[in-house]
Amino acid sequence: MKNKQHSKPRLLWLQSISCNGNAHSFLNHPDLFSILSHFELVYHPILETKHTLQDILKCETECDILIIEGSLKEKGLMKAGVEVSSVIKHYASIATHIISAGTCATFGGMFKQYDPEHITGFCFDGEVQTTRYEQYAQKLISLPGCPIHPKWLGFVLMMIVQNRPIAKDSLHRPLELYAPTVHTGCARNEYFEWKVDTEGFGLKEGCLFYELGCQGPYTHGSCNKILWNDISSKTIAGTPCFGCTEPDFPKTTLFETETRMGIPATMPLGIPRRAYLTVTGVVKSFRIKRFEERLISYDD
Amino acid sequence: MKIADKKALKRESIIQTALQLFSTNGFHKTTIPDIAAKLGMSVGNLYNYFSSKDLLAQEIIRYTSEVLGEKIKEVNMLDVSAEEKVHKIVEIYFSMAKEKPEMIEYFLRVYLSNREVFSDGCEGMVCVSGFITEIMIFFDDAVSSGELRNQDFFSAFGLFMGYLGGMVFLKGEGVLPKDIACYIDDISRNIYYALKA
Repeated sequence: MKNKQHSKPRLLWLQSISCNGNAHSFLNHPDLFSILSHFELVYHPILETKHTLQDILKCETECDILIIEGSLKEKGLMKAGVEVSSVIKHYASIATHIISAGTCATFGGMFKQYDPEHITGFCFDGEVQTTRYEQYAQKLISLPGCPIHPKWLGFVLMMIVQNRPIAKDSLHRPLELYAPTVHTGCARNEYFEWKVDTEGFGLKEGCLFYELGCQGPYTHGSCNKILWNDISSKTIAGTPCFGCTEPDFPKTTLFETETRMGIPATMPLGIPRRAYLTVTGVVKSFRIKRFEERLISYDD
Repeated sequence: MKIADKKALKRESIIQTALQLFSTNGFHKTTIPDIAAKLGMSVGNLYNYFSSKDLLAQEIIRYTSEVLGEKIKEVNMLDVSAEEKVHKIVEIYFSMAKEKPEMIEYFLRVYLSNREVFSDGCEGMVCVSGFITEIMIFFDDAVSSGELRNQDFFSAFGLFMGYLGGMVFLKGEGVLPKDIACYIDDISRNIYYALKA
């Protein structure tokens, strides 16, 4: 990973078509500087680094770990007169690890919507492998999320530093982070089990799956195991999971559950429809008084 | 035959005999000794299988729901249009009303008319989920393929099953001038046109 002159792996953070969201999100890591102390930060779009962007665009800098942020466009995205995709390809070929940080860099994400035919992720276009895949797959780690969870990136960087193996799924997402669904650990699971809908956004009570579009039961991610800002998550706060770690993100109706005759169009991950409907029909037959009440009653 | 298999067979014969008697003579007028006598078994032995008449009644509704659900499941597995499926489901329901009238009669005249018997153990959809699940799958597939209009489940379910139940009830009352099978085509068409996209 590093040559003898460099005691620390060299980390390069490059942006393509990006909103800066992932770079900003990583700044929220409480141990950011402790993590970064294990690396030589070659370039980062926000933090002060040894090299400038102009230096990097010359493609003469060494790097061990490449973090890519943003969607890719093969031609037409220039920075200082240089085609960004060619710069990324150069560093991708010399790096020992490539991390696609965020959904745009991984699958195309939000920016893909602008020009779905030409804008993609680095190695995936949605869930389809791009032509780059074969060349870089061996060293690719996908960290989708809109934005990326700072602790997921911190985890992967530290695993790399410690030279520990990272088990991945078929889209190269680390299983440790993406094997569970966002539903796992959700504070509303009791309401899901008993099929009790929430009555609105932001309430403590009720499940967001039935009416308000929550994609937690079929979205891979550990948002409810590794909380955001160490405090909360979308679903805990009362906003539906938008499925932002998946190749088909973003869908169009994020606050509405698509149903067919009242039946959710997408089943919880791996659950056969017949099994789900049987359980739902039975469970919905019971009224549990505790779940019909507010958790906290405030006197007027 | 293993003892467990023998017991399962006996259990089913109790269910079928009780189903017959409850449907014909009414739930309250049928006693456990009546059922035991018809089966040629002792009352005590029958209690080994079902500890109360209410539990037996609940098991029967589960059983009939499963039987009907299995038949609709076969329809759901077919690669045919929703219109054809509606026709097949109506056919199944009316054939059952004709050939095994006790099953539908039990649902209409025992299950729906003696709710207190089913209030503890058969709440809501608990004992009829085998049947309801398959109807849900039929609707889901038909909306997904664009053949039926998307709407609330119960508004569609009520139209479909309420209609069929009503016709079988009229048959049971002996007021239908024609054999119930004569109504299959018209009723299937009515249901399909009412629900289609």
